[in-house]
Amino acid sequence: MKTPLTIKETQEGLKAKKFSAVELVDSYLAQINKYNKEFNIFLTVTEEQAYKKAKEIDRSNFQSPLSGVVVSYKDIFLTKDVRTTAGSKILESYIPPYSATSVNRIEAAGAIPIGKLNCDAFAHGSSGENSDFGVTKNPWNKEYVTGGSSSGPAGAVSANMSLVSLGSDTGGSTRQPANFCNLVGLKPTYGAISRYGVIAMSSSLDTVGTFTHTVGDMEIMYDVLRGEDGFDGNVKNFVKPEIKKRFKLGIAKEYFIDGLDAEVEKMIFEVKKTYEKMGIEVVEISLPHTKYMVPVYYIIQPAEVSSNLGRFDGIRYGNNRNSFGEEAKRRIMLGSYILSAGYYDEYYEKAMKVRTKIINDFDEAFKTVDAIISPVSPTPPFKLGENTKDPLKMYLEDVYTTTANLVGIPSLALPSTFSTSGLPIGFQIMGPRFSEHALFELGRKYHQEIDYKPKIAL
Amino acid sequence: MARLTKKDVIHVAELSNLKLTDSEIKKFLPQLTKIIEFVGTLSEVDTVNIEPTSQTTGLTNVVREDRVISENMLTQEDYFKVPAILTERT
Repeated sequence: MKTPLTIKETQEGLKAKKFSAVELVDSYLAQINKYNKEFNIFLTVTEEQAYKKAKEIDRSNFQSPLSGVVVSYKDIFLTKDVRTTAGSKILESYIPPYSATSVNRIEAAGAIPIGKLNCDAFAHGSSGENSDFGVTKNPWNKEYVTGGSSSGPAGAVSANMSLVSLGSDTGGSTRQPANFCNLVGLKPTYGAISRYGVIAMSSSLDTVGTFTHTVGDMEIMYDVLRGEDGFDGNVKNFVKPEIKKRFKLGIAKEYFIDGLDAEVEKMIFEVKKTYEKMGIEVVEISLPHTKYMVPVYYIIQPAEVSSNLGRFDGIRYGNNRNSFGEEAKRRIMLGSYILSAGYYDEYYEKAMKVRTKIINDFDEAFKTVDAIISPVSPTPPFKLGENTKDPLKMYLEDVYTTTANLVGIPSLALPSTFSTSGLPIGFQIMGPRFSEHALFELGRKYHQEIDYKPKIAL
Repeated sequence: MARLTKKDVIHVAELSNLKLTDSEIKKFLPQLTKIIEFVGTLSEVDTVNIEPTSQTTGLTNVVREDRVISENMLTQEDYFKVPAILTERT
């Protein structure tokens, strides 16, 4: 059967008895069995669990918001009794005793879990090439990376192995792979979605990310996931605000740097034109500290990583520290150095202060515009192995994405077009804290205007 | 800014409880040097009178109410009485 590409079509099909939830699971599993070996997207397939849940759904009246929606999880989401590796050999046989809040919420809303997904080990990476279980290949062209660190979640949805997936976003790990695989990706406001049960990377930046084919589906997922759970003290409830009728958008002049690919730059101007055609004003703004995003991020993040990965001592969880992969070692050492006596003020304290200045830039910008349009990655998807020799070059991939994490604001990555070599490219819209619903509205308007239709790669 | 030496890499590996092979040390030294030099560009930013940011929510002291989860829990003065987990040495 041809599986539907939206939640709405899935549920209409189930209600009209065009297909059953069990048949949906059959179909996604067939796709996994056909392509997973080649693309290395799933680390664990939970077939039994999926059929059990599908049978339950088939006996229901399909009234829950995610009834019959087949979901897969990045392997850093704890899933009770199902192996969770974080893409690292340290946890190759770790079975969690409880599930993450987001996993519980999604499944309580009727979703069917089909498995656990490959990723850069401990979510360290921008290409999926740092997984201890091998690289994930881009379903649009297997010579290219999916992006990372949520490589599996982007691969799974674009290869039609699940309808939606959960990833995480600490510095772009949802938005960049979403862009590289022609998907909608959301990095929510810091404090909108609980991270309870998500293996921590950098606690002041980590957020739960979501992958879908459409903005409408993203909104449904977001409304299921958000809100306090009593376990993540950073999470705050909020009432969905009324959406403005007139928007004003901004593009920062500092985004047009050396290293920004000409096709990506052209696409940003096309996006601007599309919004203007709809009568939405787009103005130039200034974010003077843009060039310091990556340096600030690669101080704060490794510092927090070195602390969070301290718990992997070989006693409480899994294997000993010799099982850390190269990138984890690099970040732990970088963090330890930055936090060590004599360097704390020079690096860590300094980065926290520049972070304040970056936040001030955005507070200033949001006084004149409702949201900011930006590239996601400076380039279209790159080839496997292209950036692995030089870690710093790979870090510079994060120049446009780390912003939203450092400032704590939401950002919606949207598929836009394909490059001349046939690979997906897209952009992101960032708004003030808790402005997700306004971003959904802006995303929907854009996709209506360009007549966007969800597409699968395989 | 101090230049990273091989001794620094070995010291930081020790602080991190990581055992590195010689070839790893050789590989990491230039990579870490390059990254530290790059992040050191922050020194050119004026941060006089700027407060550091360690979180973005503005929330402080979020706590949940303490609850006694077992009905059998007995209190004695201001303490909870729980079953002994250690026995006296015989």
